[in-house]
Amino acid sequence: MKWVARPRIDWLPKLVVAPSFVLGFLFIYGLILWNAYFSVSASRLLPNYEFAGIEPYINLFESDRFQVASWNLAIFATLFIGGALALGLLLAVLLDQKIRQEGVLRTIYLYPMALSFIVTGTAWKWILNPGLGIEATVRGWGFESFQFDWLVDPDKAIYCVAIAGIWQSAGFVMALFLAGLRGIDDSIIKAAQVDGASLPRIYWRILIPSLRPVFFSTIMVLSHIAIKSFDLVMALTAGGPGFATDLPATYMYSMAFTRGQINLGAASATVMLAVVAAIVVPYLYSELRSTKR
Amino acid sequence: MSSSATTLGAPAASASAPSRSLTWQRWLLWAVLIGFAAFFLLPLYVMVVTSIKSMDEIRGGSLLALPHAIDLAAFGKAWSTACTGADCSGLQPYFWNSVMIVVPAVLVSTALGGINGYVLSKWKFKGSETMFAMLLFGVFMPLQVVLLPMSQVLGWLGIASSVWGLILVHLLCGLPGTTLFFRNYYAALPDELIKAAMLDGASFWRIFVRIVLPLSTPIIVVCLIWQFTQIWNDFLFGVVFSGADSKPVTVGLNNLANTTSSVKEYNVDMAAALIAGLPTLLVYVIAGKYFVRGLTAGAVKG
Amino acid sequence: MGALSIRQVKKSYGSHHILKSVDLEIEKGEFIILVGPSGCGKSTLLSMIAGLDSPTSGNILLGDRDITYVAPKDRDIAMVFQSYALYPNMTVAQNIEFALEMRKVPKAERKVLVDKVSKMLQLDHLLDRKPGQLSGGQRQRVAMGRALARQPSLFLFDEPLSNLDAKLRVEMRAEIKLLHQRTKTTTVYVTHDQVEAMTLGDRIAVMRDGILQQFGTPDEIYSRPATKFVAEFIGSPAMNMITAKRERNTLSANGIDLQLGPQLGAALAAHDAQELVYGLRPEALRFAPAGTGLAGKLTMIEPTGPESYAFVETAAGPLVIRVPGKVDGKVGDTVSLNWQPADVHLFDAKTEQRVVAAQPQLAVA
Repeated sequence: MKWVARPRIDWLPKLVVAPSFVLGFLFIYGLILWNAYFSVSASRLLPNYEFAGIEPYINLFESDRFQVASWNLAIFATLFIGGALALGLLLAVLLDQKIRQEGVLRTIYLYPMALSFIVTGTAWKWILNPGLGIEATVRGWGFESFQFDWLVDPDKAIYCVAIAGIWQSAGFVMALFLAGLRGIDDSIIKAAQVDGASLPRIYWRILIPSLRPVFFSTIMVLSHIAIKSFDLVMALTAGGPGFATDLPATYMYSMAFTRGQINLGAASATVMLAVVAAIVVPYLYSELRSTKR
Repeated sequence: MSSSATTLGAPAASASAPSRSLTWQRWLLWAVLIGFAAFFLLPLYVMVVTSIKSMDEIRGGSLLALPHAIDLAAFGKAWSTACTGADCSGLQPYFWNSVMIVVPAVLVSTALGGINGYVLSKWKFKGSETMFAMLLFGVFMPLQVVLLPMSQVLGWLGIASSVWGLILVHLLCGLPGTTLFFRNYYAALPDELIKAAMLDGASFWRIFVRIVLPLSTPIIVVCLIWQFTQIWNDFLFGVVFSGADSKPVTVGLNNLANTTSSVKEYNVDMAAALIAGLPTLLVYVIAGKYFVRGLTAGAVKG
Repeated sequence: MGALSIRQVKKSYGSHHILKSVDLEIEKGEFIILVGPSGCGKSTLLSMIAGLDSPTSGNILLGDRDITYVAPKDRDIAMVFQSYALYPNMTVAQNIEFALEMRKVPKAERKVLVDKVSKMLQLDHLLDRKPGQLSGGQRQRVAMGRALARQPSLFLFDEPLSNLDAKLRVEMRAEIKLLHQRTKTTTVYVTHDQVEAMTLGDRIAVMRDGILQQFGTPDEIYSRPATKFVAEFIGSPAMNMITAKRERNTLSANGIDLQLGPQLGAALAAHDAQELVYGLRPEALRFAPAGTGLAGKLTMIEPTGPESYAFVETAAGPLVIRVPGKVDGKVGDTVSLNWQPADVHLFDAKTEQRVVAAQPQLAVA
């Protein structure tokens, strides 16, 4: 049974954390409930507390735009999570090979996370722009028929968002996997070498499987980032062309603050919450349990 | 922590071949790493290079070409005269807005996080763990869900269109995260330190100030850097909760880059982006390892 | 009335009982050991004496003051922790005087005490160093210095030597004993090491599963262990235990007659236990001339320098014998063992209590 300190004044610790907890709980749960109420109210341009039942949700799920946004999220999340995992893991494995300039390379791979995507998006918009960016540059090099207009192609624009997202987050994944690899006991690797295993085999059969917990927590965090993605889309395409790169986050903002459909905005926010909760709550629960002695 | 002892390119049991021998595998490794480095650096390179070119050069040349002559005029324009919608006073007012928002929010959320972490790790009481777990959900929840109600609350408090509204929101939003940082860090401090201090006669606050705080420097730095980066880079809250005079630099930048009022001046756009990103980039370059600690602490530990 | 009284102290966490009613009366100036295996409750008991924890029921008195629920700092007790718990950001001098600072002792007085204590423990040249720059033994002494500076009426030690290497442990053990002789402060010392217990304690309290097995002087504990557990716990190599079958008033194991002296014989007759354990310390066994005593085969010899342990397989089970110097023989030899009936310890196999001849039990169980 773990020891716990007892203060002279019994209620002092409780008093100290009370403001944070009270405010925090109100902020999180109070507002979630309030938002949930908005989502079943008749609010349009302005809040209206008249009860409207699940009508907003029906409208939400029947809305073409929301369906596109949800479908986009599925595509984007899959590409983003898969891509960031793959690239991050690859970089981690490569950097694990005793590179002299590891520090410099790590700094380069990770810096995208330190910048807002609004900042780096100004460059990305340009780079992906057919007339000004890569397409123009490569054509300028002589490849007249080179095409890279994904950004303005309604079917392919979402891939650009995924590429930019992977660019921003792969370094973070790399940092996590590298820390995981470094935490593996040296003697396991030495034993495998003595047993005659080749290097790729050691990685594939021993090291990477032992990183399973890191995989889990990384997927968790990446899913969370994917669902929240707002800056990324706004900076790159503002949801366009049309609604081709709309995601639930941009849909919500649009409905709530520019289109005067507060109840739809609130409903979409609640749906986002439900999806995140479905992933996060079991994970948090199992994590906290495993740390209880 | 030991580093994986395997080295690509080195024959397994060779005593003579040095592990840094430039075999073709080593060359390939370096090529791949540098290739990716180029991929990651691409946008930054484009921003820097474009911001110091003149518009003629930009129109005439390619995206990736180095400038013939360095022209810093774009920075001046970005700072003080570029148009961001109706106003044409550059990024300057937005930059200072960000500063006014970030400083109090970071300091207060860090301070509160420290005290909360101290209580939650060493002075636990019945239900404190459960309450903490519930507070932790705030780190993971999608912020969209508080946007609408919070606008209402800020309106009632009368701070809807001022920096105070944004400070409050960032504070509340950052509190679960800072509490997590400190609580995990303090949990690793030996309990016996607290026991010894109690026996020596130190009170709850004395223990915090004389013993725990002096040992907290690393986590304080991590927390400050992490909070600073998060709040400075925020766009969502900035766009939803700010009024005409309280927009942070990310919103200003977005307006500047998307304004359709005049001819597109790409060098000014890029210069503005660099100005907006400079603080967090500097912090990252100077204190990178603390930044990484913050990332991994938040992600790996539940 | 003693300097420290522990009266019917119980501690439970829900259905988990850590301490199941412990009673101890400790006299002023005594050096008391709490010893037992992990989980026996000794550290919990120490925490409660210190005030870092409180009992579910029962009382703790310091002199005639009931301190059961008094805050740690008001108990006039000082403690040395297993990990020393030195404040990493303070110098040695600041560590030692911290408690005095908390009590608002004036600076000049503090300096006098720090100097006195650091001289006593040979720390005076280390006063400006931080704990991170000290060796394990030095840190231990600073921890003791911190406790000494308080000049308390009770010292508590929580396994202070566990983190030291063997040689250092022996040195520090002697220092602690010397210190106690100088200061004569009542001391309660927790350890799992029975050698520390035997060498340091005026009286030893052996605990197991939250119950006090025996409380007595080292000699009493060693020569007249109250339970089978105490008999096996104290003394290394452990006491040889032979499961014996009872035939009216005689004992045998696998057909071998087990001798009992007149006193034990009478005790057995008065006792109604059917299954018994026949105990013999390794030093009580002797090699006998061939043909006499208990026959057996030497299976292993462990020479330790001053003495040797020999492992012998006999019909009554495997036995360990301890002889001074070297063993006369080699592995595989057939040997004979005998012993004095007076050296036999008899225990009830079921209750594990010592079988004694019409005398009040020494055990407080």
